[in-house]
Amino acid sequence: MEPLDIELDEGELEFPSAPMQVNMGPAHPAMHGTVRMVVELSGETITKVDVQIGYLHRGFEKMCERGTWTQVFPYVDRLNYASPMLNNVGFALAVEKMLGVTVPERCQHYRVILGELARICDHMVCSGAMAMELGAFTPFLWFAKARELIWDVFEEETGARVTHSFGRVGGMASEPTPNFKAMVRAAVPAVRALIDDGEKLLLGNRIFLDRVENVGRMSKERAIALGWTGVVLRSTGVPYDVRKVHPYLTYDRYEFDVPVGTSGDNFDRFMCRQEEIRQSVRIIEQALEQMADEGSVNINDPRIVLPPKEEVYSTIEGTIQHFKIVMEGIKVPAGECYSYTEAGNGELGFYIVSDGSGTPYRVRIRPPCFATMQGMESMIVGGMLPDVVPTFGSVNMIGGECDH
Amino acid sequence: MTVSQTSWTKPAPRSPVPTKVIARPNRTPQVQAYVPEWLKGTAVTMRHFFENTKERMLGQKRDPVLENFEGGITTIEYPEERRPYPDRFRGLHRLTMRDDGSPRCVACLCCSTACPAQCIHIEPAEYAEGDERRGYERYPSVFVIDELRCVFCGFCVEACPCDAIRMDTGMHPAAYDSRDQFIYDSPILLSMVGRDGSRKTENARHEPGDSTHPGVTRKHEAH
Ligand code: SF4
Ligand code: SF4
Repeated sequence: MEPLDIELDEGELEFPSAPMQVNMGPAHPAMHGTVRMVVELSGETITKVDVQIGYLHRGFEKMCERGTWTQVFPYVDRLNYASPMLNNVGFALAVEKMLGVTVPERCQHYRVILGELARICDHMVCSGAMAMELGAFTPFLWFAKARELIWDVFEEETGARVTHSFGRVGGMASEPTPNFKAMVRAAVPAVRALIDDGEKLLLGNRIFLDRVENVGRMSKERAIALGWTGVVLRSTGVPYDVRKVHPYLTYDRYEFDVPVGTSGDNFDRFMCRQEEIRQSVRIIEQALEQMADEGSVNINDPRIVLPPKEEVYSTIEGTIQHFKIVMEGIKVPAGECYSYTEAGNGELGFYIVSDGSGTPYRVRIRPPCFATMQGMESMIVGGMLPDVVPTFGSVNMIGGECDH
Repeated sequence: MTVSQTSWTKPAPRSPVPTKVIARPNRTPQVQAYVPEWLKGTAVTMRHFFENTKERMLGQKRDPVLENFEGGITTIEYPEERRPYPDRFRGLHRLTMRDDGSPRCVACLCCSTACPAQCIHIEPAEYAEGDERRGYERYPSVFVIDELRCVFCGFCVEACPCDAIRMDTGMHPAAYDSRDQFIYDSPILLSMVGRDGSRKTENARHEPGDSTHPGVTRKHEAH
């Protein structure tokens, strides 16, 4: 008999096999956001992959053209459903940019605090889900618990846990509740402690490290070429953060660092998220300090903001004003603008066109995930099939956002 | 209104962006050997497990809502345990009433216009001949909310100029077994009260039907 350790080419194998095609998704548990990947395998190594998005399509942009500018808010809630408040704020800022108005400072701080809380949730969902898909269930539950603490604050403030619909053009739907600051101050350290605990469990675990370190690498140049933004870009070493580079709201007044990775692998993405949570905590603390306790959160412009309810009930001016805004919508001057904010996954842009009426002519979103998904292929080809799970998990693809 | 350049985005800072470089994983011998770290991690999770079990067995389970910062089990065992809903919680709708039991709603259609889900259906009607309110205001002969289509955004409440529709029942949407049970018409909506059981209103107007209303004195022509 021949010795078994002779070197065989693939073609000379005793049982040559055609490349095997495996369908991952769209209903695979790890393919959250309904993505389908048609993977071609040679053994367990991926030789080719076809990433197909679009299984979650709601025609969001078209729907926005149906109602008034205000009626877009429930839709943007459902873009990145892991951090709806960031989308609310992003869209409100886009319309405000068009109108050429700036909300009062108190509202800016308020938006920042709510936005950063949402960012913490977003990062926790991503890191937690990724760990869970790798078999680490405990950190996920701890992160979910931390998230619960934040959702409680949101529920108290906005009236809903996830679909807040709380942003408004020219302000917020209502004032901060009287004990808003106390609630956030109580919740944030508890969240931080849970995150540190969960992270410790993961970073001491060699299995977790082996599965994320040097897996799913992406180079700086290619990431920029693909239009990546957010955590996934920063993990490759590019310190691009809209909050720093194009400060909006009051982000230029807070001290915070931008975490950057070195090699753009899963580990860097995971750690960048963890570090960003800590930076968000810093921002929240500073914003709480700087936010005034009194004052209006809405701009004082009767063409944009609904009048106070007492006026509507008792004065004719208030009633007419109210009817004008509800029935016709806010009249946004004709034109177009692109406005961008740092959402949970990266730069969330709204390109809006108005024809001067109360209804958007066109709302185009630039979802960060869409660009990220374009790089998926180069990250997983050449790796092993099980590596798809942490790689996909760490880019935090959100189906609702990818939808065009 | 013209598009003007405001301080919406501020100029980028001159100084380089302060960055924090992420360290590579610290693979100490303990981590590489797996077992010592595994034991440590298991000790942590087991400690939580035994603590929680003990609290449960001894009936000392901490309140998952009121004591949620202090550890313990987070699971709320609905329906035995319930979260108290916050004041702003947007629950099921209700229509508010005047003192004589008629709906406060004047069928102005603001709410159905503002509703992004288009789930409110209103048919406005005039009061009957001889009613003093005829020609003064209308009422909804049909007022239907499809709670299945509703996205609970609260725009209808914001849009109502009469404080006629509210979402302060403190009840979350119920689960029924057929779709028509989700269609709430005005008798159902009117029968619901606020979470404190009251029907008080923020609307300071004295409307026909309220006991404080001075009465309609205008002479009306027949319409
Ligand atoms: S809460 Fe929103 S979706 Fe529901 S009825 Fe009111 S406006 Fe319509
Ligand atoms: S509930 Fe209010 S907004 Fe809706 S039709 Fe009646 S009065 Fe108008």
